Parts: sequence; structure tokens; C-alpha cells
Amino acid sequence: MANLQTSVNGIPFKNPIIAASGTFGFGEEYHQLFDVSCLGGISSKGLTLKPKDGNLGIRVYETPSGMMNSVGLQNPGIEAFIKHYIPVMRQWDTVLIANMGGHSMDDYVTGASMLSEADIDMLELNISCPNVKSGGMAFGIKAEVAAEEVAAVRKVCHKPLIVKLSPNAENIVEMAKACEGAGADSLSLVNTFQAMAIDIHRRKPIFNNVYAGLSGAAIRPIALRMVHSVAKAVKIPVIGLGGITSAEDALAFMMAGASAVQIGTVNFTTPDAGKIIVEELNTLCEQEHIDNIRDIVGIL
Amino acid sequence: MAVKYFQSTVLSNIQITDDIFVMTVLRHGASVSAGQFFMLKCWDQELTLMRPISVFQATEEHLLFMYRIVGQGTRKLAMLQEGDPISLLGGLGNGYPLEQLHGRIAVLGGGVGIPPLSLTARMLQEQGCTVDAYLGYRDQLFALDAFEPYCANIFVSSEQGPEGYRGFITDLLKPESYDAVLTCGPEVMMRKVAQLCAAQQVTCWCSMEHRMACGIGACLGCSIPTSEGMKRVCKDGPIFLSTHLFQEA
Ligand SMILES: Cc1cc2nc3c(=O)[nH]c(=O)nc-3n(C[C@H](O)[C@H](O)[C@H](O)COP(=O)(O)O)c2cc1C
Ligand code: FES
Repeated sequence: MANLQTSVNGIPFKNPIIAASGTFGFGEEYHQLFDVSCLGGISSKGLTLKPKDGNLGIRVYETPSGMMNSVGLQNPGIEAFIKHYIPVMRQWDTVLIANMGGHSMDDYVTGASMLSEADIDMLELNISCPNVKSGGMAFGIKAEVAAEEVAAVRKVCHKPLIVKLSPNAENIVEMAKACEGAGADSLSLVNTFQAMAIDIHRRKPIFNNVYAGLSGAAIRPIALRMVHSVAKAVKIPVIGLGGITSAEDALAFMMAGASAVQIGTVNFTTPDAGKIIVEELNTLCEQEHIDNIRDIVGIL
Repeated sequence: MAVKYFQSTVLSNIQITDDIFVMTVLRHGASVSAGQFFMLKCWDQELTLMRPISVFQATEEHLLFMYRIVGQGTRKLAMLQEGDPISLLGGLGNGYPLEQLHGRIAVLGGGVGIPPLSLTARMLQEQGCTVDAYLGYRDQLFALDAFEPYCANIFVSSEQGPEGYRGFITDLLKPESYDAVLTCGPEVMMRKVAQLCAAQQVTCWCSMEHRMACGIGACLGCSIPTSEGMKRVCKDGPIFLSTHLFQEA
């Protein structure tokens, strides 16, 4: 048995495979199919201060080697998460990461202080959300805007703070450095790429919001490049994701500098992907003579 | 009822109209009830999402799916042959509330909304209901023989074809003759059924369709607004009370 243990910001993970936010709910549905305690961690559905209904119309759409989504952060709100879902997730022996989004600085700060007091292991801050103040442009586009937000959340957050970067940032390396400077304990990347699809027969965009987020295997090579450049540029740990579908992909992201990885869209393609990838990672490490998975982090 | 992800085998995959197929696969003990569906895939990585398909009929050993080719996924399913492997996730969704259904029941389907009502008609008959079927076709008829054993009366309409009543199937429905109406098919059709039922204060259950990613309630990719708030078609549905879906009904 290879040693798959890793750690991020002093939090031990039994293996580096984490279920990505928004693709795994709060774990209950997938727990019907396999014991989710086999995962290194679970990142919750993106939470906002108030409950959100999300977007109308088509929300998910198949694309070449991937998919687009426009769920619009439908979630029960932070209070309901703390009351109803943390107790459910705590039944499992896996790292509990609360993923949080927001549309204003106040929401982020209030939400983060509530979650920081709750029984979670880590907070993952999703800065890809549109900022109502800046006319809907995401917090995660301009490094100065993101840094301001991270600094404000940092002040109220006493749990390890992961900042989840958007690949739509003007410059992903500058963004990463700005977040590190503002007090992020670690970074996760990437979130979805802004993309578009058109129904030519109806002569209309597929999504009511016109643009939607692209994920899945199609984005993997770009995500890998971004993880590699960011990991080289910062000193804090990096969690890699974007199109990972196999143990081989997971290992590639770790060689590029990721201390752990997240799996999103693949959960839809193969509902027990989490369990399978953990098992295959073990076999793969043995084949590749990797006794300790931490040894290959950032070798490239 | 447990949801299960499993590998199965295609026993047959038969074309019955220009674009409609019936596939029989091994059931492997999966649970299933009237109005439920499965997520299917016969690809590894070429496509990203599994495809939701309603159950047409079931035996102890087999599951039958009747589906129309609408896109890449169903096109790949249609190419499967005897002995080919297929992955299934299910049975999914709430299904019809059989325990609340008694007496005379109408099942009304349009297009590929027709097949899932066959299993429903059978299960209703098994629990002592008298079932009438209203089947609305565009042109070619199909699946009629899958209703005959379970229904007292079968009404058929076709918009273009030579057989049955020429027009919409909803023209034939008299909801006041029934204790409940179950409907599956295009939304415009179900909306009409809902209005007819509301006018006679007859309970009407609708089966909704939606694009799906996970199929089990985790991704919120299939949420729709209802009078009871946002609901996931895959988990809270696909069966909804018409009054929860169509405000004017
Ligand atoms: C349906 C769906 C919903 C998502 N919701 C969230 C979310 O609420 N918060 C978030 O930070 N990321 C969300 N994401 C992004 C994923 O967590 C992940 O960053 C992205 O999909 C890339 O990874 P993948 O290619 O493995 O899916 C969502 C992705 C999908 C496909
Ligand atoms: S398809 Fe994922 S919640 Fe319904």
C-alpha cells in the first residue's frame, strides 16, 4: 500500500482526492452509492448568506469532452447549512470544507464569520461570483478587487482559508500572488471557464444568462498549466482541479505542484468516480514506485 | 428504495419506428416503480453526462426502455447490440404515488411520454384500479400492445397519421370520469391536461422532463420553480402535482 496521506494548512487528508464544490451536494446523495468516508475531503455546495433559488432555464449542457453549467448558486443558505448539513457531513470521516460565494463584501464577511465559528475544517472562498457593486463583474477577475475581499474575510476567519481562483482572472499568477499577500492560507484552482453555447434552430443562447461555466476533461490541459504556473509563484499550498477524470490525471496535477486535488464533473460521468480514483491512485503509486504521494508534489 | 449504480448487459435493442427504439437490459436486482427513470451510458469518456430514460416495462430479470433518438447520447444508445455492456444508475425519482391512487384512473401520454405510462398502467391494474389510456401520437403509432393488457379502454389520436382521432389527445379526455389523471409528455400538453382537470377538480399528476447531470439530486442542474419552491426534477420529481407546476391550473 502506497502512503496517500497528504496535508494542507496542517489539516491531514487520508488521501488527496476531494469532491469539488457544486458537484457533490452535501455528500448525502453519493453516500447512497459508496461510503464517502473513502474520500480525502468534501467541499460543500457553494453557500451564500441567504438561501438562493439559482437560475431559470437550462442549467446543465453537454459539450465536447465536458459540460457547461449555470446553476446560479442555488443553496439553502449558511444558517441552514450549519444547522442541517454539517451534522450530516460530520457522520463521515473526511475533511469538511465549506465553500462560500457571495455578491457583496458584506455578505462575504458576515458569512465567513458564521462559518468560521461552525464545525468545519476549512473554508473555501469562491471569488468567481459576480459582484453587484462592480456591475456584475466577478470578484475574481481583477487582482486588487480579490485581494480586498480576501483581506476582509481573513480578518474574521479563524479556520484555514482556501481561496478558489477563477481561470477567468486577468492574470492568474498575479491573482494568486495577490490572494497570498492578502492572507490566503492556500489556493484552489480552477473554477469553471466562462463559455457560451447557442441553439441555432431557436436562434437563442442555450442559457438564460447567455454565458455559463465550462468544466470537465476539455479544460484539463489549461487547468494543469495554470496550477503549474501558480504553484511555482506562491509559497502557500495549492489544490488543483479542472477536468480530472482518473488517478493518472490526479498524479499529473500533483506533479505540477498540487498538494491535493478536487474532482467535479467526473462524478456525473461515473457516479462512484471518487471511490474508483482513490483505489486506482493506490495501485498507480505502487506501479510508479511512489511510496509517499507527498514526494511527487511539485517535482516539475 | 435503494439507488444503485451497476454494469449491465444489453439483451436486445429493437427499432420500432423511424426514430424510436426499445432496449432490454438485465435488471441485476435494481428497484423500480411506476414513473421512475434510470441514468444510462454506454460510453467511457466520449460523452460526459449519463442520459435520463424512463422505465417502459420491467420484469424480475429485465428492464425495458423505450426511447427516441434526440441527440448524441440516444444515438449512441441506439447503436447498442445484444451482449454490449451498459451502465445504469437507478431507479431514480419519486415515481407516481401509487398508494394514493384508487378507483378509475386515466393515463394520458404524448409522444415519448407514452412508454413510461405502460408500467404505470400495469402497476395500477395490479392494485385494483380501472385504467383508461389516452395516447397521443404525431404520426406513427407505437407501444399500443403495451397498454392493451392493463387498460379497460384505449383512446388514440394522431395529428397527422391515418389512425385514431385526428387532433390532440386532450380533446378526448373527460376528467370528471376519473378519480385521478396521470400525464406524461410535452409541457404544452400536460398544461392543457392540468387545466381540464382543475376545471373538474380532479387530481392530476404530471411527469416532468429536464436536462440532468447527476440524476440523484446533488448538482441542482435540474431544478425548476414550483409553487412549493425550487424542486429537483430528478429527486423531488419527476412526478409533481399539476397544481404545483402550473399556477393557472
Ligand atoms: C454543476 C456544477 C456546479 C458547480 N458549483 C460550484 C459552486 O457552487 N462553487 C464553486 O466554487 N464551484 C462550483 N463548480 C465548479 C467546480 O467545483 C470545479 O471548480 C469545476 O467544475 C472544474 O472542475 P471539474 O472539471 O473537475 O468539474 C461547479 C461545477 C459544476 C459542474
Ligand atoms: S440532475 Fe443533479 S440534481 Fe437533478
